Amino acid sequence: MEKESTKKIYWKGLEQLSNDSEFVKHAHNEFAPGPEEDLGHSRRDFLKMMGFGVAAVSLAACEAPIRKAIPYVNKPEDSTPSVADYFASTYTNGGDYCSIVVKTREGRPIKIDGNELSSVTKGGTSAQVEASVLSLYDNARLRFPRLGENRKATWDELDMEITDKLRGINLSNGKIVIVSNTILSPSTKAVIEKFKEKYPTTQHVQYDQGSNYGMLKANEESFGTAMIPSYDFSKAKVIVSVAADFLTSWLAPVEFTGQYAKTREVSEDKKEMSRHYQFEAGMSLAGANADYRTQIKPSEEGAVVVQLYNLLAAKAGRETISGGVDKPHLAKAANDLWNSRGNALVVAGSNDKSVQVVVNAINDILGSYGTTILPNIPVNYRQGNDQAMADFVKEVNAGSVAGVIFYNCNPVYDHPMGAQLASGLSKVQVKISTSYKEDETAALADYIAPDHHFLEAWNDAEPKKNHYSLAQPAITPIFKSRAAQESFLTWAGETNVDYFEVIKNNWKNWFYKSGNFQTWWDRCLYNGVLELPVEETSVSFGGDVAAAASAIAANYKPGNGFEVFVFENGTVGNGSQANNPLLQELPDPITKAVWEHYVTVAPADAKGINFAEAKTEYFTISINGQEPVKLPVLVQPGQTPGTLGIPLGYGRTNAGKVADDIGKNAYPLIAMVNGSLNYSVGGASFQATGERYQIATTQTHQTYMARQTVVQETSLANFSKADWKREFQPKVATWKDPKHKVAPGELSMWKGHEYKNHHWGMAIDLNTCIGCGACVVACNVENNVSLVGREEVINRREMHWLRIDRYYSSDAEVSDVRGLEIAAENPEVVFQPMLCQHCNNAPCETVCPVAATTHSTEGLNQMTYNRCIGTRYCANNCPYKVRRFNWFKYHDNKQFATANPAMNTDLGKMVLNPDVTVRSRGVMEKCSFCVQRIQNGKLQAKKEKRSLKDGEVVTACQASCSTGAIVFGDVNDPESKISKLLKIAPANPEKPFGIDKITGNPRAYQVLEEIGVKPNIWYLTKVRNKDSAKA
Amino acid sequence: MIKVSLYSITRSITTFVLFFTLSVSFAQEIPETPEAIADGESLFNANCKTCHRVHQKLVGPALANVYDRAPSIDWLKAFIKNSAAVIASGDDYAVNIYNEYNKTQMTAFTGLKDDQLMNLLAYIKAETEKGPPVAATTTAAGGEGTGSGVPAAYLNIILVGMLVILTLLVIVLLFLVSALKRFLDQKDLSEEDKEVINSPYTVGSITASAGFRFIMIFIIASLGFKWTINTLFSVGVQQGYAPKQPIAFSHKLHAGAYEIDCKYCHVGAMVGKNATIPSVNICMNCHRSVKTESAQIQKLWAAADWQPETLTFGPNQKPIEWVRIHNLPDLAYFNHAQHVNVGNIECQTCHGPIEEMEVVKQYSLLTMGWCIDCHRKTDVNTKGNEYYDKLVELHNQANKEPMKVEDIGGLDCAKCHY
Repeated sequence: MEKESTKKIYWKGLEQLSNDSEFVKHAHNEFAPGPEEDLGHSRRDFLKMMGFGVAAVSLAACEAPIRKAIPYVNKPEDSTPSVADYFASTYTNGGDYCSIVVKTREGRPIKIDGNELSSVTKGGTSAQVEASVLSLYDNARLRFPRLGENRKATWDELDMEITDKLRGINLSNGKIVIVSNTILSPSTKAVIEKFKEKYPTTQHVQYDQGSNYGMLKANEESFGTAMIPSYDFSKAKVIVSVAADFLTSWLAPVEFTGQYAKTREVSEDKKEMSRHYQFEAGMSLAGANADYRTQIKPSEEGAVVVQLYNLLAAKAGRETISGGVDKPHLAKAANDLWNSRGNALVVAGSNDKSVQVVVNAINDILGSYGTTILPNIPVNYRQGNDQAMADFVKEVNAGSVAGVIFYNCNPVYDHPMGAQLASGLSKVQVKISTSYKEDETAALADYIAPDHHFLEAWNDAEPKKNHYSLAQPAITPIFKSRAAQESFLTWAGETNVDYFEVIKNNWKNWFYKSGNFQTWWDRCLYNGVLELPVEETSVSFGGDVAAAASAIAANYKPGNGFEVFVFENGTVGNGSQANNPLLQELPDPITKAVWEHYVTVAPADAKGINFAEAKTEYFTISINGQEPVKLPVLVQPGQTPGTLGIPLGYGRTNAGKVADDIGKNAYPLIAMVNGSLNYSVGGASFQATGERYQIATTQTHQTYMARQTVVQETSLANFSKADWKREFQPKVATWKDPKHKVAPGELSMWKGHEYKNHHWGMAIDLNTCIGCGACVVACNVENNVSLVGREEVINRREMHWLRIDRYYSSDAEVSDVRGLEIAAENPEVVFQPMLCQHCNNAPCETVCPVAATTHSTEGLNQMTYNRCIGTRYCANNCPYKVRRFNWFKYHDNKQFATANPAMNTDLGKMVLNPDVTVRSRGVMEKCSFCVQRIQNGKLQAKKEKRSLKDGEVVTACQASCSTGAIVFGDVNDPESKISKLLKIAPANPEKPFGIDKITGNPRAYQVLEEIGVKPNIWYLTKVRNKDSAKA
Repeated sequence: MIKVSLYSITRSITTFVLFFTLSVSFAQEIPETPEAIADGESLFNANCKTCHRVHQKLVGPALANVYDRAPSIDWLKAFIKNSAAVIASGDDYAVNIYNEYNKTQMTAFTGLKDDQLMNLLAYIKAETEKGPPVAATTTAAGGEGTGSGVPAAYLNIILVGMLVILTLLVIVLLFLVSALKRFLDQKDLSEEDKEVINSPYTVGSITASAGFRFIMIFIIASLGFKWTINTLFSVGVQQGYAPKQPIAFSHKLHAGAYEIDCKYCHVGAMVGKNATIPSVNICMNCHRSVKTESAQIQKLWAAADWQPETLTFGPNQKPIEWVRIHNLPDLAYFNHAQHVNVGNIECQTCHGPIEEMEVVKQYSLLTMGWCIDCHRKTDVNTKGNEYYDKLVELHNQANKEPMKVEDIGGLDCAKCHY
């Protein structure tokens, strides 16, 4: 094998970098250790059990159970059992928005896909959207309206009491407050207005968990209106983000990931891509994807923005302002921005008005307004008013609020002043919650009027100006819930309210112009979205930059101790869906931890902590005047020294069995600075408790040999050269002539296969994959993949068919301790989705003693569960480590009832895909290339007596990917997208249907090519937009 | 002004009348093309056959000559589309039929287009002209056991022949033994040898011999082994399973005597994985008026909570819990649409002579071997299906045999197991 010409080293975790003995032991044991042998049983016991087992089996076999088949009484005309129906709908969770298509079987939603007709989300989804289908079947949901302390009520009873009380308040002129997160639905807002008409003392307060109130205020100052504009990353050639994780949590990640990926696509014809600078404290997903990443402290965000302004102002001939701090890459970023004026974009995550005013000024200098920022299309994602919410909490404590309605929000948990609110609520006469679960806030309410889950309800949304979206129910309400809007209207004195009619009438009055109304309405419902033209407007910047700079200088001063920042991670996010085990078991995109809450620290601050294999210690974090928080430490390469990062969304106490008692609530750490919530705080101290802890992470699981043959990357500078070739192209010597070297694919011991019909293949672009993990959740839901819980993940027995390997890389020498430190200080990151490679010469197939894993005539590596006897030879022989063994029966097993409700509760089981077998104990499983979707696509074509069209068969991972990094299709079809992308040609024109295909795309490679297993998955080399390979 | 408008009105009326008569006279031509008749036949089978025959009175009148008998073709169209409206309009002819057939309401076929109705009439006309069928000759659902190999009759002859040969062989051997004995008797032999020769064959001596014991043990062990294997293979196989159903529904009557198309009730067979057991509303299409006094039909009415006054389903519906007969294990995926729609396989191929079954039983083994066997033997139904074009072309390059399911991956594990 040729020696690799790059010096870069790749590593999954610090233990691998330092070659920790524990890690080496596990990495060398190719297979995860099995359950401990129970030596308590003798051979006699075994024989007894065996004898009983055989007898039991033969007895059980004598009489098969009688199974019932129960058809509909009155079958709906447009639905046939066993045929899936699809409904366009809308996902909203506070201000988070996604246009979706819901797949239902026999009236049960079982899968959510993106809606391609929406110009906002363009068919993309996120992990949280994909997982939300399981939240519908959450066992912690309320079954009926609740009155007082746990008393079951009918809706009539509840309405009577509530209306009585509200009328009483109205007569005495008491204040009523409706508290909610951002409301995207115009019809809901209209309903609240109607409620206000009836009860004129009502005030509506919106707040957001991840607030952007600072931006609203900054834009009000800069442009005269308190709005947040649309951002269009796809037009940006240079992106500078100061602590805005726009790929995970900032504003509208589903929208931004797709736009961002557009700028990251490269090909032989398009050898250019955006350049992305990130300045941040913790390693965020956006930071991990950046070309240049600079570590700053949270308190320096303002200063970095000021510095950037000054650098650009000097070029533009504007007046500079005081303050600023120089950081690596800042001058370079300013140069690049200046050179791409009109195609540049600067965003900041800060919720401080002053910082955002300076950012607006920078974008004004760069001419971003009208190109990468569209102020004529304001977005409604974040309407929360931090000041109003804080005032509300004060009013509650002062006893001046008589009634409060919490509309689908949980401020007791997810607002910084939650504890204050909780204690003050006793002074409020009437407390109502419309939450569909008894969450922390609803638990304190006098009345709970449970709303539907969004998949059961009619609704509408206006994510952006003139971009409307409809939500239609995909299932009849499972429990005795009622649309909150109907509750509001009923309490406002209306009778026989039907929120569906309300929406329909609103749309008729607001948007419908001419023609047959029913046809128009049906079309809207079918599309799920309605998009009306928006006129062009221009804005002129009128902000006071100098005042902003002095406010920044006054508000952020370097203090003593650690700086703590809190953030939404890519799994449970803000915690509203924390009780969803799909999200709890989704490895965090960066840390790869599951079911865990932790504090991230820089390696430099973690000296003395032996952080191998995620074995760690508890630390307490004390901040002045706050109760100390005790959390285990996770050492995070790339984090700024002197900072501590704590994810939000944990520490739930009333979410349900899944989420309760995982970690601590980090919301109370958020404080008001300069009139809005500030997500970082200084002056923290950090002490070890000496208590050891094991964090469950998938970080170094399924590790394989050398890295250079797995991850391939280059710089844009190199890629732009005309004769660019991949740096690592293995060659093998043949016995005939040792000097003659050939590509490993040219040699084979096997006769090969002939794929006369289809030859399924997949291409994964490492350049556009951002590592978010939506595909992992989509795969779980589509394929009934078991969730195993924290303990089993620690035992390395997670069942995910698709994992995202996160590699850190650096080019420092790691021969000594100092080298290790440099390597881990600020590494580059690569994400690589890894799934069954469907090898044509599959090593697993040859070692199976019972032929349970075989090759199909269409190139699939098939796994036949009912044939498998569980030798695990295949997993041992798999070079990619993508096979998963069912160590336990994960279904109908009390042990896994919490972690895996989809297979253990009657309610949860409704989410299972009826076309995919639920696997039992003792069998192997792995990615099937969504064979059920392939078979369904083929059958559809056959029924219509036509050939299969490209794009008809879409795997679940591909469908969920908002960046389009995954392309699946028939490589036998020269017209398919994958064939064109990879430039596929048969290796032997005489045998065009053979397994051997040549790829003409120079970026295409196969992982571990040199072992000659000939996978059906190609990866496209990652390209970094750097001037040289070295950072 | 008035004149002009009057003129325009009269003109438009004349045009309208002209157009109307033209279109009517055009429409009244019953087409006679084979395509129209074929289309009519399939429409008839799918929609009408449940209640009507051409030459025989069933639930509704025999349809022979209906196009001449009825007041007009347009009347027929209106009646088929919505008979209730025609009856309600007080039309004499319609009211008479309604009363004659015990006030049985005909299902409304609003979905049928005019040209489809004409095709339907074309079929009825063609059948009318053919005249009633002469005593139907029942052909056996032939071809049983006609696979490859020797016909059964020959097998019997061979067996008898072999038996005769074996008997002859035994006789010859007996002759040989007695001849040898006689020969030895004439010789001078020692006492001991003579004793051996003259010792008689007793049952005891035979059963005591080692050879006999070995053979017996071998036979018993083999039979036992075979029995065990057979038993194990039949675990979970429910061939012949014919449980009692909550309603004594007879396929013999519906599918046999009335020749109702299977897919009229089992609507899923053409589109989905499940053929689907018919929902009560399908039964009620006919049984709202047919044989309503029967206790079995009353069960249907109870399930639907049928309101005969309003002809609607009531609020207290209760689904019927049929006993499932064909139980594939969860690990096996089977799709009816693939076999019935794409493969054009007759229902009887797997479900047996369902039209003769009073109580349905599981006819086939439904084991994996049974599936595989059929996939090996069956030709792919590629005719007119563009999906298979490339495959057929490639197959014919190398083979003269027709393309079997096996040849296009019909034995792949992931065709049924995923």
